[in-house]
Amino acid sequence: MTAQADDELWSAIGDPSRRLVLDLLVSNGEVSASWLSGRVPFTRQAVAKHLVVLERAGLVSHRKQGREVLYQVQAGRLDQATRAMAELAAQWDRRLDAIRRLAEAAHAESKHAESKHAERKQGGQS
Amino acid sequence: MADLLIDRDVLIEAPAEVVWRTITEPDQLSKWFADRVELVVEPGAHGYMEFGDQGGPVVVQVVDRPTRFSFRWNYPDGEEPAAGNSMLVEFTLTPEGDERTRLRVVESGHELCDWPGAEQQRYADEHSGGWGEFLDRLAALHAERRPG
Repeated sequence: MTAQADDELWSAIGDPSRRLVLDLLVSNGEVSASWLSGRVPFTRQAVAKHLVVLERAGLVSHRKQGREVLYQVQAGRLDQATRAMAELAAQWDRRLDAIRRLAEAAHAESKHAESKHAERKQGGQS
Repeated sequence: MADLLIDRDVLIEAPAEVVWRTITEPDQLSKWFADRVELVVEPGAHGYMEFGDQGGPVVVQVVDRPTRFSFRWNYPDGEEPAAGNSMLVEFTLTPEGDERTRLRVVESGHELCDWPGAEQQRYADEHSGGWGEFLDRLAALHAERRPG
């Protein structure tokens, strides 16, 4: 994926309203914009706007059936997004793990220095 | 760009103060995060982080030693970072006993600003698991719907 395609994908699925729309499409298959707008807490205009963004990111496609326009999820692109997202999460896991190691090493070191200090103090007293 | 993109945590065998220094001191940051870090940990301070041959500005948001640290990054050149054009990285440190700290990181973007308050709350309650849970649910639904 190119960086730009990446950006489009992130901004498409990062928005919670669009995630809700995606969620409904995944659970219900092919549906119309008006069916969707009956099930979300925002306006029909907002649903239409979100569908445009999702379609531009390649996550959703539409086809005409008579006078209706039906929308559905593009599974391949969604899988791709899922994998990219998992990679981003894994990157943070690696960073957190590095922080853990650094902090634990620093803590062990200061404890070690402290106990040496205490030993010396004790040694001086006896 | 996003609400709850990433939400991860780790349990560290060290006091919060030690963890705090690891995530905020530039010479420590360069060990786990960027290759080169120029950063003053003060609210509103502008800094810079370099990753290999790429780099970008960061702006410090919240500094509440030793429990909260956040910054914004990944915003367009020449723009002031704000909700909607940048990613917010928030670290939360929660002591679990004297020598143990839970470190949580959330990377997110803009808020649910165009939703009514009650709906925001409902959504937040239903989606407390955030992005990971959403993906799990999608994957499960996906598997169900696949023929065969």
